[in-house]
Order: sequence, then C-alpha cells, then structure tokens
Amino acid sequence: MKKVILGMTATAAVLLAACGASDVAGEGGEGDTIKLGSMFELTGDVSAYGTAEANAVSMAVEEINAGGGVDGKQIELTEYDTKSQDTEAASAATKLATQDKVSAIVGPATSGATKAAIPSVNRAQVPLVSPSATDDSVTLDDSGNVQPYVYRVGFQDSFQGVSLATFAEGDLEAKSAVILGDNSSDYAIGLSKTFKENFDGEIVAEENFTADESDFSAVLTRIRNEDFDVLFVPGYYEQAGLIIKQAREMGIEQPILGPDGFGNETLIDLAGAENVSDIYYTAHFSMSSDEPEVKEFIKNYQEQFEAEPDMFSALAYDSVYVIKQALEEAGDTSPEAVNQALENLSDFEGITGIFSFDENHNPVKSATIVEIQNGEEVNATEVSPE
Amino acid sequence: MRMLNKTNIGWLALFLLVFALIQGAVLVGWIDAFYEIALVTILINVILAVGLNLIIGYSGQFSLGHAGFMAIGAYAAGIVTKQIPNYGGLLVGMLSGMVIAGLVALIVGIPTLRLKGDYLAIATLGVAEIIRVAILNMGGLTNGAAGLSGIPYLSTWFIAFLAAVFVIILIANYTRSSVGRATISVREDDIAAESLGINTTRYKTVAFVLGAVTASLAGSLHATYFSVISPDQFTFMRSIDILIIVVFGGIGSLTGSVIAAAVLGVLNVFLQPFGSLRMILYALALIFIMIFKPSGLLGTKELQLSKWFNRKKKQTQRQPVKQKEAAR
Repeated sequence: MKKVILGMTATAAVLLAACGASDVAGEGGEGDTIKLGSMFELTGDVSAYGTAEANAVSMAVEEINAGGGVDGKQIELTEYDTKSQDTEAASAATKLATQDKVSAIVGPATSGATKAAIPSVNRAQVPLVSPSATDDSVTLDDSGNVQPYVYRVGFQDSFQGVSLATFAEGDLEAKSAVILGDNSSDYAIGLSKTFKENFDGEIVAEENFTADESDFSAVLTRIRNEDFDVLFVPGYYEQAGLIIKQAREMGIEQPILGPDGFGNETLIDLAGAENVSDIYYTAHFSMSSDEPEVKEFIKNYQEQFEAEPDMFSALAYDSVYVIKQALEEAGDTSPEAVNQALENLSDFEGITGIFSFDENHNPVKSATIVEIQNGEEVNATEVSPE
Repeated sequence: MRMLNKTNIGWLALFLLVFALIQGAVLVGWIDAFYEIALVTILINVILAVGLNLIIGYSGQFSLGHAGFMAIGAYAAGIVTKQIPNYGGLLVGMLSGMVIAGLVALIVGIPTLRLKGDYLAIATLGVAEIIRVAILNMGGLTNGAAGLSGIPYLSTWFIAFLAAVFVIILIANYTRSSVGRATISVREDDIAAESLGINTTRYKTVAFVLGAVTASLAGSLHATYFSVISPDQFTFMRSIDILIIVVFGGIGSLTGSVIAAAVLGVLNVFLQPFGSLRMILYALALIFIMIFKPSGLLGTKELQLSKWFNRKKKQTQRQPVKQKEAAR
C-alpha cells in the first residue's frame, strides 16, 4: 500500500513539476518581460464563461509574443483561478498585484467577482480590465465617482436595455411588450429597468422566474393570454433556451428579445433549431462579421481549442489588446503608467468594435443586435450609442 | 477554582505566542497583503468551524444552515458600517448581527430541533435558503442580488484573531461546563439523557443558538474585511465548506477544527498557481485523509494543557509511572 501511495505522490510531483516547467519556459530574463495577470472563473458555477475568456487571453498573449511582443518585450502571463468565488477573486487580485507585481490584470468575467477585486487593486494601484463585467455599478463607487483602476471592454447593462428598447420600437415597430425575467438576478433587474424606462410603448405584463427552474409552462400560459408585440427575456441562455422552446411549442409567435446572455451555442441546442426563429439579442460581437480580423480570430480559436469562440472570448481577446495599446502608449510597464494610458485610451480597434473609454471607464461603442431564424444567425444590426 | 491557575496561564501564553509569531511575520514582511487575506480567511473559517462543531460535534445535531447565519452577520455589519464607517459602527453591526442571528436561531430551533438527523439537516438547509432569499428580496436595504459593495475596510487580521480566540475560549468553556456535559449527554443518547431529566430540546437549542451567533460574528468580519457581500456568497455550498472543515478536523474536536481550517487554508494558498488543477488536488487531499483517517485529523481528541500539566505533576509525585503504563 505504501508503495502505491509513494508511486502516486511521485507521479503527482512529476506532473506538477512539468506544469511548473512549462511556465518557466516562456520566460525571458528579468526586466525584458512584461508581467500580465489573468484571473478567471476556471472552476465553479460560471466556469463556462471564465474558461472561454481565459483561453482567449492566453491565445492573445501568444499571438503578441509571436509577433515580437510589446516594444520588443515578451508578455509573461500569470494565471489564477477564482473558483467562481468572490473572496477568491479578492485574494487572486491581491496576489497578482502585490506578489507577482504585474503591470495590469485581465478578468474576472462576472460583475460580482470584479467588484470583489476592486478593493485589492485600489490598494495596490494596479489597473484591472474586465472583459464582461456589465453591471453598471462596477466602475463606479457608492457616491458615483469613477473607480480609478477598473475598466471594462463590454458595454454596460443599461446600454443594452436602451439599445433593445430602441430596436423594438424602431425595427420591430412594437407597441407593447411583456417582460419575463429572473428577479433574483441583478443582471435581469438592471436590464428590465432600463428597458422599461426607454420603451415608449406599453409594458403589458411583467413576469418572473427563478434561475434553477426548467418548467415555464405556468408563466408562459399567462403570457399567451396577453395581447403584446414583443417578449423581452432578460436572462442567460440556460433558461432562455428552454423558455424559447416552451413558448414556441405553446404557440407564442411574437419576436423574443434578449440581452448578451443569449450569446451561446447552447441556446440553440436547448431550444431546438426549428424553434429559434424571430429571436433578437444584443451581442458584443457577431460571428458572421466579414472583418478579416474577426475571421482570423474565429479560425485561430477553433484550431487551438477545438471549440467555437463566443463573444465572451472575443471580449477577453480585445481586453489583452487594449492593455497592449496602453502599454505601447505609456512606453513604461509600471502599473501607474499603464493606468494613465488606459484612462486616455482612444480609438482602439478590436474585434468587438472601435472604441474609446469614457470618463467612467466604459467603452463607447455600438451594440450589435443579432437576428436568428431557424437556429442560424441571419442578420446583424448596429445600434449606436447616443 | 482560581482564574489564574497553571492551565489558564498556559493557554494565555499559547495565544500570545501565536499572536507574537504572526505579528513578527507581518513586521518582517513574510505575511504580505496576499498572505494576510489567507490568514483572515483561515481565522474566519476557524470561528465558523468551531461554532458548527458545537452544534454537530457536541450536541450531535446535523445543521446545514451555517451560511445563512453568517449572511445575517455579514449584512448587519455591512449595512451598519456603511452608515457609521468607524469601529463603533463595526461593534454595533457585529452585535446587532449576533442578536438577530440568535433570535432567528431560537425561533427556528425550538420547532426544528425536535426533529432528528436527516430531517434536521433538511430543515436547517431550508432556513439558510429562506434567509438568503429574504436578503435577496429586501430591496434597497440589502441591494438584492447585486449585494453590498464599498463596505468600509475595518476588520484587520488583529480583530479577526481576537474574535477567533474569544470564540474558541467561549465554546471550549461551554463544552466543559455542566450545561456542556448535558449537551454531550444528548449527543450520546438522547433517550437516556431525557430519562435523567435533561430537557434535550433546550440544550440542543442553546447549542444551536450559540453556533448561530458565532457564525454571525464570522460573517461580520467577512463583510468588513472583503468590502463586498452578495447573497451568492452564502449559498448551501458555503455551509458545506464549513462542514468539510469540521469533518476533516474531527467531529467533536475543537482543536481539530482549528487545525483543519488552517491546513485547508494553507493548502488552498499553495495550490493557487495550479489553476483549475487546484480543485482536483484539493479534493484528492480530502479523499486521502478521509480514507486513512476516517474520524478526521484528530478524531475527538483535544489539545488539553491541563492534562499535560497534571501528567507532569503526577510524574513528580509518583515515580513508578512506567510500571503503571506497562500494566496497561
């Protein structure tokens, strides 16, 4: 028995040593590398988003390094897992900022984890760029002042609500809407609120579900009896897929609007392609784009990870390039200089659009509203910020 | 019994020694901002695990509701310190959290502690979920699912250390008091205990309330150290994390809970560079310990300075100790 354990320990040690060695291999000498921190939800509840983003970050770093690095310096990436836990995000951010002494941090994916990391980066004065923390309050403190070290690449929730309301009135000519959201999620609450404020037509009904439900027939029956033009479902694809399936099977034929949380292949798998028609959702990036950079990104991602990239990976990919541009403009790798450059960043050209940061560290960019018919992305409409 | 006997001085010296070691490491710079987070997490887990061990290990009641009571403390401290951002506010927040958690535990405990085993576990699980959903729906006060952020950074590792020492002394003394012995008798055999005139529900309730109050204290520390709280942090999985520490250290051993919280905390820190591999290694470590030490690290053994001192005394009094040991 002892021998077996010894053997297993030895195997584990070798494995770990191998992992360690591969990290070291990429390093150059001290001083001619730029340290970049990456912290994502690699395990836990939201690991689907976190893993997609972490993959794209490492891919972007490899590309930059293969292309000669930033000002001739290679980027050295330090990656941590936040376990989808807020305290772990605070701990990882502190480790990156104080022990690993990185120039900037990419991640985490969710708004909650990003908020948890803010006290750490503020104390250490290291800039943090979150690809997909879309909650409005992420970059602002309680009194409405901007958080000095936090940036995001995805547009904020309120902008999605505005874009969808504008789109529903304009392109869909909707006069009335029903909202079916998850009232335990800040994401859904924020989206419903801005949608209601900006939609000039009538909100006929507002119904709720909870995140772990899978049978929506009761609430959909109530909705079927209402007279409305468009159904707005502020939620994630796990529920939205099932809602779409059950709504279409029940005979609810109105167009369904959704936020960026719809943007995952699983939505179509859950709903069945024949049911996914007349679906419109805001996207940070469109897979059907003709831009060569986007095509290149999709191809490389597929080759490297044998999976379809989604907008989360696209945002994470852009986040790395945002930091690259800031590093180049700063001409210095100190966190303070990078932060200054991020503050003034303008006309960044990425695969999720061309944007600059506004005074609240939000990207000023247009939203893409993707139309799906029979499970296929057929059209993408741009809605610009006012 | 005098307060200042050899045993108590021994304990005091032990706590001071641990304190001096940590303080020294902080001054030298071995414990930097990152290790401080790990340290505070360990101290918070010590408080939670010792409190839960009182419920599970000493009164023998299986509770899965610890995260709920922790949430009460976290939100009480969060809401109060956002209004009064100083140590007075922290104290008010902590105390109000403890009172509310105690009351909730009392109201819930009286009917549910008549249940046994699995039923109680389900009931307490339900209570924790009710607390979480209530917080989720309290609107502006708790800020719903987004939770509270920007809570003033008031707790230091020193405050967490004091709180942990306080809780350990409180619970350790409780289990050694007559009430504590009655509580243990309920664990051993509740029918026998009842036949001796012990009001089993009462002792179970007291242990449950005490555990809830300490969990609330830990929650307050958590909120004012990490500055961000949301209902997501206090789900069922948080209760399981604490349960793991208790089982890992040994059900019924407070020393075990303290050691387990420290070991798991350190393990978590050292596995951090391995990314997603960490959770697998962490799980493997747990499985190995449970296979080779099914009763946990320490079983029901405790670190008892009194025993240690008394043994020394006996050795000096009676020389032929070895004979006695050989006879055993």
